[in-house]
Amino acid sequence: MEGKAPIVEIEHLFKSYHRGDQILPVLNDITLNIDETEFLALMGPSGSGKTTLLNLIAGIDRADSGTIRVGSVDITSLSETELAQWRATNVGFIFQFYNLIPVLSAFENVELPLLLTDLSKRDRREHVEMALRIVNLSDRMDHYPGQLSGGQQQRVAIARAIVTDPTILVADEPTGDLDRVSAIEILGLMERLVHELGKTIIMVTHDPRAAKKAHIIMHLDKGVLNAHPQNYY
Amino acid sequence: MHILKIITKNAFRHKLRTFLTILGVAIAILAFGLLRTVISAWYAGVEASSASRLVTRNSISLIFPLPLSYRDKIRQIDGVKLVSFGNWFGGIYIDEKNFFANYAVEPKSYLELYPEIVIPQDQKKAFLQDRKAAVAGRILIEKYGWKIGDIITLKGTIFPGNWDFVIHGIYTGRDKTVDESAFVFHWDYLNETLKKTAPMRADQVGWYMIGVTNPNLAADVAVKIDNAFKNSLAETLTETEKAFQLSFISMTEAIVIAIKIVSFLVIFIIMAVVANTMAMTARERIGEYAIFKTLGFGGWHIARLIFGESLLITIIGCAFGIALTFPAADIFSSALSTYFPIFNVATKTLYMDIAASILVGLVAAVFPTWRAIKIRIADGLRRVG
Repeated sequence: MEGKAPIVEIEHLFKSYHRGDQILPVLNDITLNIDETEFLALMGPSGSGKTTLLNLIAGIDRADSGTIRVGSVDITSLSETELAQWRATNVGFIFQFYNLIPVLSAFENVELPLLLTDLSKRDRREHVEMALRIVNLSDRMDHYPGQLSGGQQQRVAIARAIVTDPTILVADEPTGDLDRVSAIEILGLMERLVHELGKTIIMVTHDPRAAKKAHIIMHLDKGVLNAHPQNYY
Repeated sequence: MHILKIITKNAFRHKLRTFLTILGVAIAILAFGLLRTVISAWYAGVEASSASRLVTRNSISLIFPLPLSYRDKIRQIDGVKLVSFGNWFGGIYIDEKNFFANYAVEPKSYLELYPEIVIPQDQKKAFLQDRKAAVAGRILIEKYGWKIGDIITLKGTIFPGNWDFVIHGIYTGRDKTVDESAFVFHWDYLNETLKKTAPMRADQVGWYMIGVTNPNLAADVAVKIDNAFKNSLAETLTETEKAFQLSFISMTEAIVIAIKIVSFLVIFIIMAVVANTMAMTARERIGEYAIFKTLGFGGWHIARLIFGESLLITIIGCAFGIALTFPAADIFSSALSTYFPIFNVATKTLYMDIAASILVGLVAAVFPTWRAIKIRIADGLRRVG
């Protein structure tokens, strides 16, 4: 871990939700650094704030206070439009339920984030084919999500997440909807992304077996981050 | 992959729902188109009227006649080029349900004044030579299967008795605005008969039709004509042919307004139907829109997807509606030719159809778009699955 530059720097992050007149604190003074090419697992009981923290790092939610720097960008100071543009190029998303668009083929789903770039049709095709090759789904590119198994759909989602070559990948329970064999396959793929492609992955999971694949496991409880992360290096 | 491809795929995701919505739009556009065509048909006479023609009638009412002697006085007024005259005959052909316009005119000046009434030269010659001759419009001829030389008997209502006419000509319109369902015969035939049967009613005309030398002088000429007969037993009211036609329409203005209101209500109803479809669609896909936003697509992209889908549905519906309007108008025209002799789908109506469908598509997409753009990504993602 030594010698690596932090790619995510979080300082004194607070987040709460409002329910009627009630204020429900979710994250309480979180300070955290995540290094480049790290594979971090966030664990904790339901409602501990794991997904909220992940959403804040990915720029799809707003903190009450504190700063989040990803790469050299303080994303807490970006406007909604700037944040959307930043997400498009810097974050790859992997969700529990894959979140593929059902009317688009695997190829078209992976191509979606590239529609926001200036790439030509030919370049987009090359990028998509490469991403699908990495997840070993080149032969399924014309299949629709409904024609793919859960594991295959998650692999398409991973291809979509990496196709823009983002700075970080965020994964929210990526194996939560998969059988054991598919889950092992997906975790293996994520390990490959870190080791072979040098990606940084932040993964929220309930599954201790999935967490063990990560380099570092951090625990959140009632919005407070465990001060002593388990290091599996 | 282009955004249009996503729009098309989204639009036909629920085939039955989309088909029914398109059908609804098509029927609404058909109804709207037909109602607008009815309104156009109502104004057909106005559309066909010429700026260089005036109509002079009794100032009290059209049902009161004017003396034939006015013709020569009108002729002498500056700016008057040609004078013709006519009487509404109101004859019945076999049965009252066989209604069509029939009137007596001074044939030579009438045909000269109305060049839009086209009659083959030989038929025109035959018509002018025989006092009992009549010409009928193409639609009338086709409807009753008349032929040249047929003797047609009309039963007089205003002028009692059975009146025999010989069909000597079939006229057609120079353009689509000309009524091809009228029956025209010699005023002399009517007048000569009246001299024998009702001398008090002879030498009276229903209205004068006047051609002016310059359309720009029409208003001045009208004033001069009316001034010439001021303080006479039969004062006149002279107006442009357009104003004369509009005076008829004003009698039924309430009906026209009602039809106009109904035509817009049809559009309003279909707007509600499409808005409901789009609202359902957007509600179902709110999670997907959140995914799009997660991937970096902005509000403008989401708006394009929803507006595009809504417009695609309404424009397809509009295309089907317009395609159906023409055969429907033909059927309508055949069935109601007596009441609407000119029943053509106007280009303006088609533009209104297209404008209405675009408006419906845009309005229907506003609320779902606002909702999809406003929802927080985290909230939207919770609705996936």
